[in-house]
Amino acid sequence: MGAACDTTTHGGYPMNSGTAEPAIGDFLGGIHSKGTGFRSLINRILTVLCVGLSLLTLVPLFSIIFLVVKNGWPLLSWQTFVELPPAAGMVGGGFANAVVGTLVMVGLGLAISAPVGILAAIYINEYAPNARLSHAVRLVAKLLTGIPSIICGVFAFAVIVSTTGTFSAYAGAVALSVLMLPTILLTAEQALLSVQSSFREASYGLGATKFQTITRIVLPDALPAIMTGVMLAVARAAGETAPLIFTALFSQFWAQSLNEPTASLSVLIFNFSTVPFPHQIAMAWTASLVLVAFVTVANVLAQWVFSKKY
Amino acid sequence: MASPNESTLQVGRRLPDLFRILCWIAGAGVVLVLGWIIVEIAQSAWPAISKFGLEFLSNSAWVPNRERFGVFPFIIGTISSSAIAMLFAFPLGLAIAIFLSEDFLPLPVRQTVRFVVEMLAAIPSVVYGLWGIFVVIPIVKTIGDWTTERFGTVPIFEGPTYGNSLLTASLVLALMILPTLTAISRNALAAVPPALREGAYALGATRWEAILGVILPTAAPGVVAATILALGRAMGETMAVAMLIGNSSRPSWSIFAPSGTLAGLLANQFGEASGLQVNSLMYAALILVVITLGVNLVGEWVLRVTRRRTEGIR
Amino acid sequence: MLAIAAVAMFSPVESLLAQQISGAGATFPAPLYQRWGVEYNKVNPAVQVNYQSVGSGAGVKNFMTGVVDFGASDAAMTDEEIGKVARGVVLIPATAGEIVFAYNLPGVKGLKLSREAMAGIYLGTVKKWNDPAIAKHNPDIKLPDMPVKVAYRSDGSGTTFVFTQHLAAISKQFDDEIGFDKSVTFPVGVGGKGNEGVTALVKQSPGTVGYVEYGYAVNNGLEMASLQNKAGNFVSPDLENGAATLANVQFPENLRVWPVDPEGATDYPIASFTWLLLYKKYDDAAKRDALKGFVNWALTDGQKFAPELGYIPLPAKVVEKAQAALATIQ
Repeated sequence: MGAACDTTTHGGYPMNSGTAEPAIGDFLGGIHSKGTGFRSLINRILTVLCVGLSLLTLVPLFSIIFLVVKNGWPLLSWQTFVELPPAAGMVGGGFANAVVGTLVMVGLGLAISAPVGILAAIYINEYAPNARLSHAVRLVAKLLTGIPSIICGVFAFAVIVSTTGTFSAYAGAVALSVLMLPTILLTAEQALLSVQSSFREASYGLGATKFQTITRIVLPDALPAIMTGVMLAVARAAGETAPLIFTALFSQFWAQSLNEPTASLSVLIFNFSTVPFPHQIAMAWTASLVLVAFVTVANVLAQWVFSKKY
Repeated sequence: MASPNESTLQVGRRLPDLFRILCWIAGAGVVLVLGWIIVEIAQSAWPAISKFGLEFLSNSAWVPNRERFGVFPFIIGTISSSAIAMLFAFPLGLAIAIFLSEDFLPLPVRQTVRFVVEMLAAIPSVVYGLWGIFVVIPIVKTIGDWTTERFGTVPIFEGPTYGNSLLTASLVLALMILPTLTAISRNALAAVPPALREGAYALGATRWEAILGVILPTAAPGVVAATILALGRAMGETMAVAMLIGNSSRPSWSIFAPSGTLAGLLANQFGEASGLQVNSLMYAALILVVITLGVNLVGEWVLRVTRRRTEGIR
Repeated sequence: MLAIAAVAMFSPVESLLAQQISGAGATFPAPLYQRWGVEYNKVNPAVQVNYQSVGSGAGVKNFMTGVVDFGASDAAMTDEEIGKVARGVVLIPATAGEIVFAYNLPGVKGLKLSREAMAGIYLGTVKKWNDPAIAKHNPDIKLPDMPVKVAYRSDGSGTTFVFTQHLAAISKQFDDEIGFDKSVTFPVGVGGKGNEGVTALVKQSPGTVGYVEYGYAVNNGLEMASLQNKAGNFVSPDLENGAATLANVQFPENLRVWPVDPEGATDYPIASFTWLLLYKKYDDAAKRDALKGFVNWALTDGQKFAPELGYIPLPAKVVEKAQAALATIQ
């Protein structure tokens, strides 16, 4: 979905409708002249409950983010983005190669999974919603979400690493793309599904073809919601260790090509958080902070771009 | 001069067909990928399948050095940990989704909440594990000691309390699946046509009567989809669970006792496994896939029922 | 787009000429091997040795499929596994470590554990800290009437292999009921993932005992018990006593040996080598020479990095044997 304002105007409470609804920001949900006392009491209780639960959830969230920032901040500097990882017992260093490795592998993975996922979603929702293949795709996508991420790694190992004879960024990207595919596909399907049918009907009514309707009307309208799915997938892929550990492996050095062991932030975090050396552990926290910040910024940017455009 | 024009015209005319075929290929590709993965898993699992058969499911012993393998406790652990996680996450996720799509609080507050929830998706599994160790385990231990002292006779609260327990893993899992649950549910809620809500108001419904009576039922398929997606994620989650659940293969009723999951078992033992143990781990992975299939079939069924009920609204 | 931009900056020119060597395997020695990679690159910039910890089992598998230039394993390789490698295998002991009983008992320092107590704790027969099996050898310590909480490795590991191998050697009951392997099923306790997982379990909960590698216990300030060796003495886990154990080991021709129950008077009972797995033949001569150069450096100059990271440096006698084995590689 686009920015939150998008939500409110589009599908949420209609701000400009002149009904008897309370003013925006009325905390308790307002007392309805049309409701009885009991009903408005229920209304109020539910509102407080909903707001309360939402805000309550923020407590653990802030706790995690606080932990990451507190432990990650001390080592964060320019140096961490230009230097190679420190070995055990050494000080200084950074994780420049891991940042690049993560960008490359998630980027490549996305280049595979986003087109496949979105095109497949278009097929099952626009072209043949009731075809046998579409039912199969829907079920398969949901099944894929349940495949343990480590299996994606094992799969890519069998398919790519054993045949090419080396661990590589390609293999890592393939493993990540399998991981991202179901999330992208399923959210894209939901996004397409939520495009109001009146849009399509209007388009056909004006004499547009199916192809024109899909590319000019349906896709643009669904794009912000599709982006949510893509970002969820990117966020998950960037933080996953298990698919990379048997495919891209890791490297302490700069990679010279896409066909050799490649460093990534998530594997660095995993490796460094499981050693007894304080400096490497601190580096793992800093890498977590960078990873979280990177995904957040990417997320915000994507939404900003799409909310402007549409 | 006419020929280039004609060829562009032809391409232009063919483009829709090409696009349709491309979409079909993508769909078929997705199905093939799963087939391929399952074949790979089944192939590596075959020696274990032929040796243990279905007893693998009901046997509680996982003793690699004696080549005795059974995953019953891990199946129970997988199902119960994700079910308990969903118990916590579902009300919270739905509350946040409603909170975000209504205007209880001003826009900046809602945007902040949404932003924070989305950040959760970016936090690596390992970090959740570390957070669980530092923050959740002490809390669970305190709660557990208190509870087992008073209600220890009830099997699910039986002591002694371990920090690394089913409850700890479930709590952290709940948090991990929250972004998925929230984001998709919110999209589903937002997609409900405004006219429906206005109609409900016009009929004199209060805000919550409109939400519970019209908006949620209309958005139900999307919410169910979100739940399944999140449940799938919870069951497949490896690293954080492996760090927190205590990885025990001794079955126990207590939520304060260590347990184990199929994915955690894989994460724990895959790196060092050899021979029949690898085959058995692959068998376990296959079972995990089958369980997800089951969940999805149930989800599909629920979806069909809710759709039928709300057919008139859409 | 990001990907393309990143690829452009992916290959800094200076590293283009370096000889790349990649290895994967055991988790336990990974910090030392990675340190070697970085330090050797400083000495000899033309060689980049990249080692990744994927676990001994995966290390052996990768080595056998030939996707790495060398492997590493805490359990070496079995004869059956070696037989499957057409290019031949050379096992090189590269460093060593010791496994300690780390415990968390407020106010209790210098705990001594007899052979009977060690096995009893993991068999679940020693249930309280003031059990006679423990109290008998600790007359100066006031042991609490607390349940013994047992922590073990939930993941398969060379650590568990060496640990259970020792317990199986000193206790018939342990051998019968549990046996030894990289992952076994204990009748008691809770499993932590990795050394760090067990360390956290011990650290967080008073009354817990667990087995971890020496380096984890030292760096996390855990108390370590002195263990009774075959000679009947209680030996504290420090690198000196560990080195004593290793110096007394008699090597067979393939250099694959475990000091399962060492006999020397000051030998620390649970110590073990960890091995590099090399091929007997390398087709790429440049790669072979670079690899041999690196391993030779690691066996000599590289050993000085071992103690600060919690590993036992190889005794001179062992280095000699390892170098002789290295020379056989063509």
